[in-house]
Amino acid sequence: MSVAPAEVEQSETEEKAVPDLPWVTIVWNDPINLMSYVTYVFQTVFGYAKPKAEKLMLDVHHKGKAVVSSGGREAMERDAETLHGYGLWATISHDS
Amino acid sequence: MTGGEQETSGGQRPEHGGEQETAGGQRPEQDGGRETAGGQGPERDGGQGPDEAGSLEDLMAGFRGTSGGATARFAAAQAAIIRDLVGQVIELIGGEAEDDGEARPSDTAAREPGQGTDDLAAMIGFAENAELPDDPALARLLPDAYSDDPEASVEFRKYTEQGLRSGKAAAARTVLATLPPGGGRIRLSEPEAQAWLRALNDVRLALGTRLGVTDDFDEQVAGMGPEDPRAAYVGVYQWLAFLQETLVQALSR
Repeated sequence: MSVAPAEVEQSETEEKAVPDLPWVTIVWNDPINLMSYVTYVFQTVFGYAKPKAEKLMLDVHHKGKAVVSSGGREAMERDAETLHGYGLWATISHDS
Repeated sequence: MTGGEQETSGGQRPEHGGEQETAGGQRPEQDGGRETAGGQGPERDGGQGPDEAGSLEDLMAGFRGTSGGATARFAAAQAAIIRDLVGQVIELIGGEAEDDGEARPSDTAAREPGQGTDDLAAMIGFAENAELPDDPALARLLPDAYSDDPEASVEFRKYTEQGLRSGKAAAARTVLATLPPGGGRIRLSEPEAQAWLRALNDVRLALGTRLGVTDDFDEQVAGMGPEDPRAAYVGVYQWLAFLQETLVQALSR
C-alpha cells in the first residue's frame, strides 16, 4: 500500500543505535464505525487536513486497512492507544 | 465502515435564527436541560408541557453545532435509551454507572479476588489480566494492538488497558451527567460533545457487535422478520448512527 507516511519523522536519538525499521500504525475497516467519524478522528488525532483524512478513511474502507502513521515503536503505541480510545480498530506492526 | 444516514436530515440544517444559543461552553441547564424562554418558545414548543417540549422535528433532528459545542433535544424516552445503553457500556468495561466522580479503575482490577495488590495495580494502571477479553463486544472496545504478535499485545495491554477503560468510562459518565433522565434540550461544551461522540461510538460498537453487524447489514435488516430478537434493537442502532453522524457534523464545522 502506498499511503503517504504521516507523522513527523521520529528523531534518531530516541532508540538505540540499532538501525530500526520504521513502525506503522494500521487502522482496519470495520462495519460499525461511521465514515465521517473515522475522518473526524484522523483529523483530530493526527491533525491531518480533511482531504488527507478522507483519503485515509476511504483507503480503510475500500482496501480494508490503511497505514495512518509511521515512526518509532513507542510513538506508534501511543497512536494505537489513542485510536483505541476513539474506538477505531488500530494495530501496530513493522513496516516491511 | 458505514456511511451513516447523513442525507436524511439534521446536521446541516441552517440555524434557527431566534434560538438562544448563548455563550459557548456553558454547562447544561440547571433546570434539567429544558428549554427556557427564548425568542420563539411558544410556537416551537407547541404548547406542550416543559418536559416534553420540542417539536417532533426537533426531537428527530439530532445535534447541531453551536458556537461553543453542540446542542440537541431529546424526548424522555430517547434519553432513557441512551442512558441505559451508556450505563451498560460502563458496566461492560467494568466501571460504575454513577456520574458523580472520577473513573474507578480499582473496580476493574477487583475482578481477581484475593489479589491484595489490586488497588495498587489500578493506581499505576497495570492490568493483572492482560488477555484479549472473551466477550466479543468487550474485545471490540479493548482490541489487541499487535495483530501478529500476541506477546507484544499482552505487554501493550498491561500498560494501556486500565487507562483505556477509565477513559471510556469517563466519556460515558459525561453523557450521564449531561443528559437528564427526563430529556429536554442539552447544550454541550466542545469537550463534552467530544466525550459524547466517543461514548456514542462505544455504545454502537458494543451494540453493533452484539447484533452481528457486518458490511451487508442493511440487507440483513431488510430480511429480518419481526420474530428476530435483534429487530427491536436495529432501530435503536440506526438512530444512534444518525445521532452520531449529526454530532460529527456539528463538531466538524
